[in-house]
Amino acid sequence: MKARVHIMLKNGVLDPQGDAVRHALGALGFDGVDGVRQGKVIELDLAETDAAKAEANVKDMCEKLLANTVIESYTIEIV
Amino acid sequence: MKAAVIVFPGSNCDRDLKVALEAQGMDVTMVWHKDTTLPDGLDFVGIPGGFSFGDYLRCGAIAAQSPICRSVVDFANKGGYVFGVCNGFQILTETGLLPGALLRNAGLKYICKTVGLKVETADSAFTSEWAKGDVINVPIAHHDGNYNADADTLARLKAEDRIAFTYTDNPNGAADDIAGILSENRRVLGMMPHPERASDEGHGSVEGAPMFKGLAGLFETA
Repeated sequence: MKARVHIMLKNGVLDPQGDAVRHALGALGFDGVDGVRQGKVIELDLAETDAAKAEANVKDMCEKLLANTVIESYTIEIV
Repeated sequence: MKAAVIVFPGSNCDRDLKVALEAQGMDVTMVWHKDTTLPDGLDFVGIPGGFSFGDYLRCGAIAAQSPICRSVVDFANKGGYVFGVCNGFQILTETGLLPGALLRNAGLKYICKTVGLKVETADSAFTSEWAKGDVINVPIAHHDGNYNADADTLARLKAEDRIAFTYTDNPNGAADDIAGILSENRRVLGMMPHPERASDEGHGSVEGAPMFKGLAGLFETA
């Protein structure tokens, strides 16, 4: 079973990288991009076959390591 | 005074910190991150700068989960003195010993230069050799030093006099110009600038040395 974790900076936390990408898009002539937020995706290959258990386990991983919940939020997708 | 400096793969200021501590007469042991316990009878733990684990995932995130960090957290929770500089500050926030987080510099550039720091409180073992309002010049060398915390945390740090240093000219976008903060019991300090790199005549400056002198003095009189 695979799990995909999406990690984004929380709303209100400054994202200098996203902002730099927004500026670069503007310079390339892509008008109308009002905001860019950059995050990351982590894919996990899991031995677990029970989706509910897998999700609980990945949530624990996010809280302990994968995300810094002071500044980041995460969503888990079981694939 | 017995001190330990933690060494992670990718630490690069560990020996600088050792030299700065030894210059004040401390007995320093280097401790590898895979060790699970700190030396007995320890007074102080230093977490050095560098790029532990290549800054993978988030700066300091992997180091904060290393075996020795559990012992460092225990040591701090029992009232031990802990100092984290640069990557060490990032590690301390990742362990939860200090609030907030360090984000990418607002200008997105790695910055390596000497900056002015204002001493915001003299009420700690680390800053007791200075007076509040003193300005010292200390190098910074970081890509992710943009201190960030929610409004409540910032207000609390201010109200509890836990902001140790601020930048006189904010180089990285840090909230409230914060360069270093103290824990609630004032015994854990994290800061982005490098006082250990301004602690020897050979560095061209000894403006950072009073920090280590203050710490060493604390244990001489105790």
